[in-house]
Amino acid sequence: MAPLPRPAPGGALAFRGLTLGYARHPAVHHLDGTFRPGSLTAVVGPNGAGKSTLLKGIMGEIGPLEGEVVRSGLSRQDIAYLPQAAEIDRAFPISVFDLVAMGLWRRVGPWRSLGRHRGAVEAALAAVGLTGFERRPIGTLSGGQLRRALFARVLLQDARVILLDEPFAAIDARTTDELLALVHGWHGEGRTVVAVLHDLDQVARHFPETLLLAREAVAWGATATALTPENLRRARRLCEAWDEEAPVCRAPAQPHAHGPQDHGSHDHASHDNGPHGRHNHGHAA
Amino acid sequence: MIDLLTAPFVEFAFMRRALAGCVALSVGAAPVGVFLTLRRMSLMSEAMSHAILPGAAVGFLWAGLSLPAMTLGGLVAGLAVAMLSGLVARSTVLREDASLAAFYLISLAGGVLLISARGSSIDLLHILFGTVLALDDDALVLLGGISTVTLIGLAVAYRPLVMECVDPLFLRSVGRASGPVHYAFLALVVLNLVGGFAALGTLLAVGLMLLPAITARFWAVDLSGLLPASVVLALMASVAGLLVSYYASLPTGPAIVLAAGALYLASMLLGPRGGLVWRLIPARHLEA
Repeated sequence: MAPLPRPAPGGALAFRGLTLGYARHPAVHHLDGTFRPGSLTAVVGPNGAGKSTLLKGIMGEIGPLEGEVVRSGLSRQDIAYLPQAAEIDRAFPISVFDLVAMGLWRRVGPWRSLGRHRGAVEAALAAVGLTGFERRPIGTLSGGQLRRALFARVLLQDARVILLDEPFAAIDARTTDELLALVHGWHGEGRTVVAVLHDLDQVARHFPETLLLAREAVAWGATATALTPENLRRARRLCEAWDEEAPVCRAPAQPHAHGPQDHGSHDHASHDNGPHGRHNHGHAA
Repeated sequence: MIDLLTAPFVEFAFMRRALAGCVALSVGAAPVGVFLTLRRMSLMSEAMSHAILPGAAVGFLWAGLSLPAMTLGGLVAGLAVAMLSGLVARSTVLREDASLAAFYLISLAGGVLLISARGSSIDLLHILFGTVLALDDDALVLLGGISTVTLIGLAVAYRPLVMECVDPLFLRSVGRASGPVHYAFLALVVLNLVGGFAALGTLLAVGLMLLPAITARFWAVDLSGLLPASVVLALMASVAGLLVSYYASLPTGPAIVLAAGALYLASMLLGPRGGLVWRLIPARHLEA
């Protein structure tokens, strides 16, 4: 593990009636709830469930159609984001070291020297198993190696909240295990970690909390209670509808203090499963 | 032999002035070109050089063949097109290349209209092919100023600019530098194109910016090599072009760009980084 100056206390991310979407069609619909400080949450759901959109909304890459993301006390630099398809230009002649060192932006900014932090960069590279790759151009890395490098960059960002969008897609088992160990390390340091994942076994084994998303939150709470077969079926059913002629949503989107079970005007939000709104329980700490 | 190379510059002040102007331009424009090619915006500068034309034309119609007026006009037109297309790209579905294409076509058509309505074809040639052999003090100060501003700008914005090229999403996620850096870079492109337009003309302003930068890819791998290599290549092209135009009585602007083009072709064949000749003698692969 890289030597980090201090364990950053995790930050909370809350959603109040958050609706995100494209061309007025909601991809995330009236989401209420909170990622608690220090929680380790998997975001699960079928394709098109709005998982990546939710992360983009948190980052401010797309603005809400309605509602808001409450980043209480978190500045932009307190949130680290590993996108699903990074916009990285791999043809750009830059070394792995320099790519990873970008994670130091908060500490070095545009002008301060990287010299003092050389050790931290090397430690981050060592933590992801890329020692010796410092001078390699990023264009020569394999997909998995580039993922490792991006994890090292997140490591250096030393952020209070870490958002990972399908971090282990197309990654071999050993690498996945090593990167999962990093995720657990972040969790142990008290950081808030949110990861979009598809491998339910992996979620069950490593993530104490789960948000099952199908545009609405189908379930949000302890993984074991959220990922029931019934919830998964409902999630799949909810995601299939893209209605070009969908009517304007008239449901009230006033901020709710608690869970997603509250907007009863929607027949799609489930009412019968327990974990709704119980994301304030403390079993994951 | 040495005499042949130095005599024109020793004997004639206008050749020395031309050389000084080209040196200033090479030092500033070539590094900007390196970033342009790395961002796959090579053709963007070509479009931008057209966008400058109407501004220069307005300056010309207003004040005659006056460098400050034409430069100022070109600068305003170029910056307006750059900022507008950047703004449209960032706030609508259009990509930057598409919005730039729209604006530069509007701008270019306006420029051609202005010149044909009021000027003669000789004036147009002046604007298109430049006046490198008639650089006065004002022009030299302008070129020197532009390359100074460019080098300072690149030095100040170097790190965020590289980040913006490699991973713009990441730069957006860690701070607010992304937008300002992008616009500052576009402003440097416009600034250098306007400088090039004074020395080489609008049509060829792009030449000294892009050809050395592209050629440098055959000589260096990373930025620490590409930037100096591009400057050296631009200087070589400038000197060669000036000498050829002197001895063969050819127009200077095209001669300089053609010299840069010759360097490009030679480097493509012989350059140590991926030159075609080296493919004929393949080295055996390594063990690991």
